[in-house]
Amino acid sequence: MDKVKLATVWLGGCSGCHMSFLDLDELLFELAAHAEVVYSPVGCDLKTYPEGVDVVLVEGAVANEENLELIHKVRERSKVLVSFGDCAVTANVPAMRNMLKGADPVLKRCYLELGDVTPQLPKEEGIVPPLLDRVLPVHEVVPVDIFLPGCPPSADRIWAAVEPMLKGEKPRMEGRSMIKFG
Amino acid sequence: MSKTVVIDPVTRIEGHAKISVFLDDAGEVSNARFHVVEFRGFEKFCEGRPMWEMSGITARICGICPVSHLLASAKTGDKIQAVKVPVAGEKLRRMMNLGQITQSHALSFFHLSSPDFLLGWDSNPATRNVFGLMAADPDLARSGIRLRQFGQKVIELLGAKKIHPAWAVPGGVRSPLSEEGRTWIRERLPESFATINTALGLFKRLLDQFGTEVDVFGKFPSLFMGLVGKDGVWEHYGGHIRFTDSEGKIVADNLSEDDYQEFLGEAVESWSYLKFPYYKPLGYPDGIYRVGPLARLNICSKMGVEAADRELLEFRNRAGGVATSSFYYHYARLIEIVAALEYIEQLVNDPDIVSPRTRATAGINQLEGIGVSEAPRGTLFHHYQVDENGLIKKVNLIIATGQNNLAMNKTVTQIAQHYIHGNEIPEGMLNRVEAGIRAFDPCLSCSTHAAGQMPLHIELVGADGTVLDEVWRD
Ligand code: SF4
Repeated sequence: MDKVKLATVWLGGCSGCHMSFLDLDELLFELAAHAEVVYSPVGCDLKTYPEGVDVVLVEGAVANEENLELIHKVRERSKVLVSFGDCAVTANVPAMRNMLKGADPVLKRCYLELGDVTPQLPKEEGIVPPLLDRVLPVHEVVPVDIFLPGCPPSADRIWAAVEPMLKGEKPRMEGRSMIKFG
Repeated sequence: MSKTVVIDPVTRIEGHAKISVFLDDAGEVSNARFHVVEFRGFEKFCEGRPMWEMSGITARICGICPVSHLLASAKTGDKIQAVKVPVAGEKLRRMMNLGQITQSHALSFFHLSSPDFLLGWDSNPATRNVFGLMAADPDLARSGIRLRQFGQKVIELLGAKKIHPAWAVPGGVRSPLSEEGRTWIRERLPESFATINTALGLFKRLLDQFGTEVDVFGKFPSLFMGLVGKDGVWEHYGGHIRFTDSEGKIVADNLSEDDYQEFLGEAVESWSYLKFPYYKPLGYPDGIYRVGPLARLNICSKMGVEAADRELLEFRNRAGGVATSSFYYHYARLIEIVAALEYIEQLVNDPDIVSPRTRATAGINQLEGIGVSEAPRGTLFHHYQVDENGLIKKVNLIIATGQNNLAMNKTVTQIAQHYIHGNEIPEGMLNRVEAGIRAFDPCLSCSTHAAGQMPLHIELVGADGTVLDEVWRD
């Protein structure tokens, strides 16, 4: 059987889900025996999201225009999209700013009130992507195939979800050990 | 004609970023910029939350160094409650931070940077990563993975979770180390020492071949800042703040985090979500300073533990005194792992570590507090104002990576000036610019309290501002 083409993507999150993925530790050897990591901020230097990805783990919420563009591309080019961690599943901590109206209050506090020289809003076009008014969980933007919650999901849970997919099977996302938040 | 090059996104660093390179009319590099393109806004949306939640919320700034936020937040809470943390509580907090320094530095060295050193800067980007390393040198990769695992496991044994443990709280910590945990750590220490010694030997041999990298990957004078303990000994949790210069002279000493606003300012530029902290007495941007492993080794009198002190001596000999090349960050990280393991060994044999008296409790006794800790990447400040009920009124966070922002921009400029002459972007240059950034091990999740993906996009901008060439590496 051909190796599974695996990708990991990082939107608005803290990278903790990716770190938990690396907590697979020596299981990474087993992963590498069955999967080829074709795109990942921690495991691959290729810069463009490739076509024909079998499984993608998406960490983080959709928080800015660049995240939005990327998640559409990821959806088009991937067979199984996994909403990876609470930020992807519920928008979690990044969505705390949704209680405020729009992105302006968070930007103003950080860059105008807390910057002491040259206070201004970062906004260079084509360089810093504008924030969305509302931070969204991934499934509000594109269809999601599997929800893998946790903040972060533990390495055990990640393996229990990923291992069946390496054989082309669907993981059973049931019970406290697989779907508890936090 | 002058132009700009943009690298987008930068990979194998933790976060979102882009790089622009500006050429002058003669086709020489005049300037380069490192852009951080994510932002989440913790400073605002934490308002109104109970102070006791802050360590849990701010840990979610960063999954690589959540412990740093946990500790800085708990220490801020100590001050707001005006309590003294029990001896056992402080030792346990220290132990967790040492576990974190070990895991984070091991990640930076083995998983993220060593593919450049061992497989080559110009090797195939499809395999120039931790999986490529696993294939090329499985023994080294496995031992590196297990060293990171050791650090993560110390965190888990103390706090019940490897990432985002809810354990350090205002006043102390929730629970001591168990006897089983103690045994596990003791048994795994010898292997961890062996791994770091192998890595240090390997890196020193490589250093002899990396003369160019040492000279162009961010070698320049700057100030260095960090915490030091009594008599200037290396510190990661308490002590006071010290600034030294590139000659090793102490510029300011015995500073308290409580007064950070007197000596640190934060500038903003339109082209990055990452702010630019600077040393106020020298102004912006002259007040450039570096933090993190390189700075901590440059400012301290000694490490305070035997093997790491031997390594520090050799480090200073090789650097010719103060290490001003940012490439030495890698070297400094390995020495800090040695020190962290030695300190963990001391603590694991300390009876206090299993004492149940780990936490002082109190109400809100002060309406403002500032806490500091040394994150793997440098000094981290949390500053809260609360109301009588302990609800947050205002938050400011000064994060390690941000404080290296000026230095990272200078490093990128230096590398670009060395490799780019004329309108062509030479192959291999992109990797080196990224590698220069990677030396700082920037954690962009933290620095913009954001996170992201980092493909590589270089934009070459002309003197008249038009984009003349762009390169996306894939
Ligand atoms: S779910 Fe938790 S660990 Fe994962 S990115 Fe979000 S905050 Fe970080």
